[in-house]
Amino acid sequence: MYAKICLIFLFLSRGGAELLFKGVKEHHVTLPTQSEPWDVKQLLVWIQRNLLKERPELFVQGDSVRPGILVLINDADWELMGELDYQLQDQDNIVFISTLHGG
Amino acid sequence: MAEEECSLKVLLEEKDREIAALKCKLAQLEKSHAPALELHGKVTPLTPLRAKPALSNEDIMRYSRQLLLPELGVKGQLNLSKTSVLVVGCGGLGCPLAQYLAAAGIGRLGLLDYDEVELSNLHRQVLHGEENQGHAKALSAASAVRRLNSTVECIPYHLQLSPENALQLIQQYDIVADCSDNVPTRYLVNDACVLSGKPLVSASALRMEGQLTVYNYRGGPCYRCLYPLPPPPETVTNCSDGGVLGVVPGIMGCLQALEVLKIASGQGSSCGQQLVMFDGLGAKFRSIRLRPKQADCAVCGENPSVTRLVDYETFCGSAATDKCRKLNLLSRDQRITVKDYKSILDNSDPHLLLDVRPLVEVDICHLPFSLNIPLSNLEERKSEQIQLLQEKISQLKQQTAGDCRPPVFVICKLGNDSQKAVQVLEKMSGSEVDSITVKDISGGLMAWAQTVDPTFPQY
Ligand SMILES: [Zn+2]
Repeated sequence: MYAKICLIFLFLSRGGAELLFKGVKEHHVTLPTQSEPWDVKQLLVWIQRNLLKERPELFVQGDSVRPGILVLINDADWELMGELDYQLQDQDNIVFISTLHGG
Repeated sequence: MAEEECSLKVLLEEKDREIAALKCKLAQLEKSHAPALELHGKVTPLTPLRAKPALSNEDIMRYSRQLLLPELGVKGQLNLSKTSVLVVGCGGLGCPLAQYLAAAGIGRLGLLDYDEVELSNLHRQVLHGEENQGHAKALSAASAVRRLNSTVECIPYHLQLSPENALQLIQQYDIVADCSDNVPTRYLVNDACVLSGKPLVSASALRMEGQLTVYNYRGGPCYRCLYPLPPPPETVTNCSDGGVLGVVPGIMGCLQALEVLKIASGQGSSCGQQLVMFDGLGAKFRSIRLRPKQADCAVCGENPSVTRLVDYETFCGSAATDKCRKLNLLSRDQRITVKDYKSILDNSDPHLLLDVRPLVEVDICHLPFSLNIPLSNLEERKSEQIQLLQEKISQLKQQTAGDCRPPVFVICKLGNDSQKAVQVLEKMSGSEVDSITVKDISGGLMAWAQTVDPTFPQY
């Protein structure tokens, strides 16, 4: 039922987080089949296990993203979509933005 | 009789013209005697900005091209002239912002900056000139703005915005523009705007990217609604570390000016619950729908815990400046001064000098005999680079007749990354590479340029 989910996730803003993923900004991933639907909380765990090798504290804190990273789901603030509980759909577009502070 | 009448009329007309010319001359003289710009070192009460009853002929001519826009019109122009805007930071964002606000005929501009103009500012802070180096940025910006439009009232503030002065200052303005360059100031400006009910037009820029949002506007979210907690200080990159292409804050400052003008004229901004992101590399804009005002926000929520300004440097764990922090990771015997290193060179003592800056910085300048391995490559244990390092250590060992721990000195720009590299190398010593004695050159290449070799470039 909850078969493959293809996702694109991007790191906009070179705030440093993309450096954790070997400088690759855009990732096309296919999540494995599981009995439950995938949610964002599980996606963060999956990213940590599969893509993030070092210094996870620069990306996650607890079970969420660290302060200073804004998550977008299909071009909307994830707060509007249910944050960690949002259930991922096939072809979703997830974007992680680091806040900029310079001027 | 008719002839006499006629000549008198001619004479009168002549005198009228003379009077008009004299009046014009006087007006110009009076204008050039406008009070000198006074640099404010503290916040003082301002007289209320008086609304113009109508546009003068000069106003009509000056603003004619924007008066023609139905979106602005005479009413919008008059609204601009009775609006005051506080610009927090006269840098890469603040310069173009102040320039366009003044050109458009904003009534009053508060220009705040604690810093002085430096040569490395000029590529993006376009109101300042070479002759302004060492002068207060606020004053330099104010005089440039006045040259452009002398009818705009400019108030330069040479001071650091602080929890003590921010409310008193911000209360006196209608709109606030955050053009600052650090995290604590962004929280401070936000809280002061929420507490005094002012819209906050906020932009930021780094490298090739920019972001813009209007906070605390028409029931929309504030900065804290979006970012309840500050980012860990080690994840924040500033312009003096990360670099910025000058035109990128230029674009973002212009966008900020646009939103301020829309709010001030009465047109209204559409960025109150929207994040505009600019990607300079792809020449792309993206607009993101943001969350609404959050009921549990610490400052604008239903039960706010922040009801007065707090200590923002403590809250953020970093200083309210974009100048580099100095790390202290090593003990004294793990570091040498640039002068110590100079005498090692003078004595031709065999050693290895390792420069751990990124390649882009090594291209700007480097010491000719240094080996470059960027810190990130050391941390990731890039195998080719580690192999290269091992080769150099072996060569050094031969030179030092089998010294069992030959000396390796580590250098970077300011002496922060080099300390981290010393810690990494100490872990590797004796296992991943042969045993070495690693020391940091305190203060890095910039200290070298300042105290040993004045011909070495600083950046
Ligand atoms: Zn809020």
